[in-house]
Amino acid sequence: MKLTKFAAIAAAALTVASPVLADLVFPSLSYRTGPYAAGGIPFADGYADYFTLVNERDGGIGGAKAKVVECETGYNTEKGVECYESTKGMGALVYQPLSTGITYQLIPKTAADGIPMHTMGYGRTSAANGKVFRNVFNYPDNYWNGASAIVNHLLEINGGDIKGKKLALVYHNSAYGKEPIRTLEALAEKHGFKLTLLPVDHPGQEQKSQWLQIRRERPDYVAMWGWGVMNPTAIQEAANIRFPMENFIGIWWSGSENDVKPVGMAADGYKAVTFHNVGSDFPIFADIQKYVVDAGKAAGAGDQIGTVLYNRGLYAAMLAAEAVKKAQAIHGTKDINASMMRDGMEALEITEDIMAAQGMPGFGPSFKVSCENHGGSGTVGVQQWDAKAGKWNLISDFKPTDGDVIGALIKEDSMKYATENNITEGCN
Amino acid sequence: MFYREAGDFKTTYAEDNQTFPLKLDRIGYYAILLVGFLVVPFVIDDYWVSAVLLPFLIYSIATIGLNILTGYCGQVSLGSGGFMAVGAYASYKLMTSFPDLSMIIVVLLSGAITAMVGIVFGLPSLRIKGFYLAVATLAAQFFLVWMFNKVEWFYNYSASGQINAPERTVFGFNITGAEVQPFVAYLFCLSFVVVLAWAARNMTRSNTGRRWMAIRDMDIAAEIIGVNPLGAKLSAFAVSSFYIGVAGALLFSVYLGAAEVGEAFGISKSFLLLFMVIIGGLGSIFGSFAGAAFMVLFPVLLKNIMVGQLGWATDIAAHFEFVIVGALIIIFLIVEPHGLAALWRVTKEKLRLWPFPH
Repeated sequence: MKLTKFAAIAAAALTVASPVLADLVFPSLSYRTGPYAAGGIPFADGYADYFTLVNERDGGIGGAKAKVVECETGYNTEKGVECYESTKGMGALVYQPLSTGITYQLIPKTAADGIPMHTMGYGRTSAANGKVFRNVFNYPDNYWNGASAIVNHLLEINGGDIKGKKLALVYHNSAYGKEPIRTLEALAEKHGFKLTLLPVDHPGQEQKSQWLQIRRERPDYVAMWGWGVMNPTAIQEAANIRFPMENFIGIWWSGSENDVKPVGMAADGYKAVTFHNVGSDFPIFADIQKYVVDAGKAAGAGDQIGTVLYNRGLYAAMLAAEAVKKAQAIHGTKDINASMMRDGMEALEITEDIMAAQGMPGFGPSFKVSCENHGGSGTVGVQQWDAKAGKWNLISDFKPTDGDVIGALIKEDSMKYATENNITEGCN
Repeated sequence: MFYREAGDFKTTYAEDNQTFPLKLDRIGYYAILLVGFLVVPFVIDDYWVSAVLLPFLIYSIATIGLNILTGYCGQVSLGSGGFMAVGAYASYKLMTSFPDLSMIIVVLLSGAITAMVGIVFGLPSLRIKGFYLAVATLAAQFFLVWMFNKVEWFYNYSASGQINAPERTVFGFNITGAEVQPFVAYLFCLSFVVVLAWAARNMTRSNTGRRWMAIRDMDIAAEIIGVNPLGAKLSAFAVSSFYIGVAGALLFSVYLGAAEVGEAFGISKSFLLLFMVIIGGLGSIFGSFAGAAFMVLFPVLLKNIMVGQLGWATDIAAHFEFVIVGALIIIFLIVEPHGLAALWRVTKEKLRLWPFPH
C-alpha cells in the first residue's frame, strides 16, 4: 500500500507542474554546476538580470512581462534534453543553450516544434544559412568569423603577410573545439601559413604534452578554442614555457576574467577575439545597480556584474528583447508566440541608435538579419588583458572577417545537412 | 496471506521451472506488460518519453548487458561507455550508408558489431583477472573514445565530429529525426527491452548462464568440472557487448539524436552503468531495471520536487541532488550490499509469511 502511494506521489512529482502561461517566457538552460560552471554562472546571471531590469524599469517588453525559466543542464546533453522538454510547453520563445553539444541535439527538435534557437557565437556555424536552418540563428558572429578574425589580426600585426609563419591551434577535443579547423585550414592555404593541431581532452586540466610540443615546434602564434578549466590551464602552461602572451589569442570563450586571473601577472598581454564590448562603463550598468542590485533582485550571487561573460549574457538578452519588439511590431500584438518570435529574429536590425537607447552604446557590432543570413555582420574585435589594471581592453574595432572563405564553407556544410535531412532550401 | 505458493500446484517439470513460480508474480508480470504496451503509449507526452521513459528503458538494456558480464560471469568491465559508443557509431554508419535499411535491423547489426569488438577486448580476460581486467577494459574505453574522435571516417568527415541521426522509419512511422511521435519511440525501445530482458533471463537459466556463474564463483573449479573458460568468458563478453551496443545505438539514434563521443560516451558513462549494476544488484535481471530506474529517474524526481514544487534555485537543487543521491548510494550499500534486488527478495520472503510470521 505504502509503495503504491509513494509511486503515485512520485508520478505526480515527475510530471512538471505547468505554470500559468506568463507573457514572454525565456528558458535559460544554464549550468551553475559541473566543470564548466565558471563560465555558465556569469552568462546566466547576465541573461536573467537584463530581463529583470526590463521588467522593473520599463514594465516589460512592449508592455508584456518577461519571465526567465532556469533549468540546470550541467553542460550535459542528456540533462539538456530533459530541460528542453520540460520548458518547451511553457510558451518558450527562444532557446539559448550555451553548449554546442546541446545545440546539435536541439536543432531538429526546435525545427519540429517551431521554436527559434539563438546560438550566439557557438553551436553549428552553418546555421548562418537561414534557408536551411529556418529556426536557428547565430548572429552576430560564429566560430568561423572568430577563426578568420584571429588570422586577420595576425595579418594586421605582420603588415599583411604571414607566409611561412606557424600557427598552433590548441582546442577542446569536442564538437566545439573542432569547429574552426576547417576554416583555419582553408585560411592557411590562402595566406600560406602552417597550421598545427593540438587537441586537449575534456576537461582540459592535463596539457603538459601539448605545450611540450609547442615548446619543441616553436610556433609563432598560438590560437585557442577552450572552455572551462582548460583556459587558465593553457594560459598557465604558456606562461611556464615563457611563450609571449601577445602571440597567444583565444576565441571569445577563452577570454574571460576566470581564464586570466588565476595566472596572475604572467597572463598580461593575452588576447582574445570578441563580438561585444568589455567592462561596466555603460549607462545600463547604473540602471542595473538601481533597479536590480539595490532592489535585491540580482540573479545568482550578484558578484559577476561587468565581467566578460556577464556582459555576453546581457547582450544575448538584449538581442532577444529587441527581437521581441520587432515581432510585436510585425504582428501587432504584445503577446507573441514562438513563431512570431522567429519572424522578429529574422527581421532584427541592430543599429547604433538602438544600442544607445538601451544604454549600451557601441556594445556590439551593428548588423541586420535576413532569411539568407542568420549570421549577422560577422564583424569581430580583439580584446587584450591588462593584468596590472586587472581588466580587459578592446584593442580593435569590430572589423569584417573573410566572407569569401566562410561563405563558401557555410554553403557546403549547410547543403550537406539539407541533403542528409531532406530539407529543401527556401525562405518560405 | 495472498502472496504464497500454497494451492498453486505444479504437475509438469516445465511448470516447475518457470521464471515466476508464484501465481501473483505471473499476474503482476503480465499486468506490467499489458500496461506498458497498451496503456502507457496513450497517456504519455514528449516530456515523459524524452526525459523519463526513454533513458530508463535504454539504460535498462545497457545495465542488463553489463550485469551479464559483471554480475553473472564475474568479469569487471569499465569499458561499457566505449562499447556504447561502438553501438552508436555503428548505427550511424549503417544509417547513413544504407538509408533504406529498417531501424530494427540497424540496431541489431550495431549490437552484433559491438559484440565482435567486445570479443576482441575480452580476449585478455583469459589471462588477467579482477582489478587487472578492469584496467584492461578501461584501456578499451579510452582507446575507443580516442578512435571515434580521431578517425574522421566514423563521423563522415563532418566539421565538428558530431554525429546526427538522419530521419529513419519503422513500419511507416518516423523513429529518428525531428518528427517522432512520442509513443512510437517509446514502443520501439520497449519492444527491445522486453525481448532482450526475456532473452537474458532465459539465457541465465540455461546451460550458458550456468557456465558463466561457474566461472564467476571459481574459475579453476569450473574448469575442472568441464567448463571451457574460453567459451564461457568470450560468450559473456559477446552477449554483454551486444546488449550494450544495442543500448548505445538506441541512446544515440532514438533518444539523443546527436552525439559526441567524449561527452556522451566518456568514462563517466562506464561508471554510471557500473553504479546501476551495483545499486540494482549483481546477477539479477530485476536488479538491472531497479538500478537503472534509481540512477535515471531519481535525479529527475528530485529536481522536479526541489525546483518545480519548492521553487529552489537551480544550482542549489543540483548540488542537493548530488548530496542526496550520493548519500542514498552509501546508505544502500551499507544496509543492503547486494543491491535493490536483494531488498526486493527480502520483501517477498516477508510477504509470503505476512501477516503471521511465526
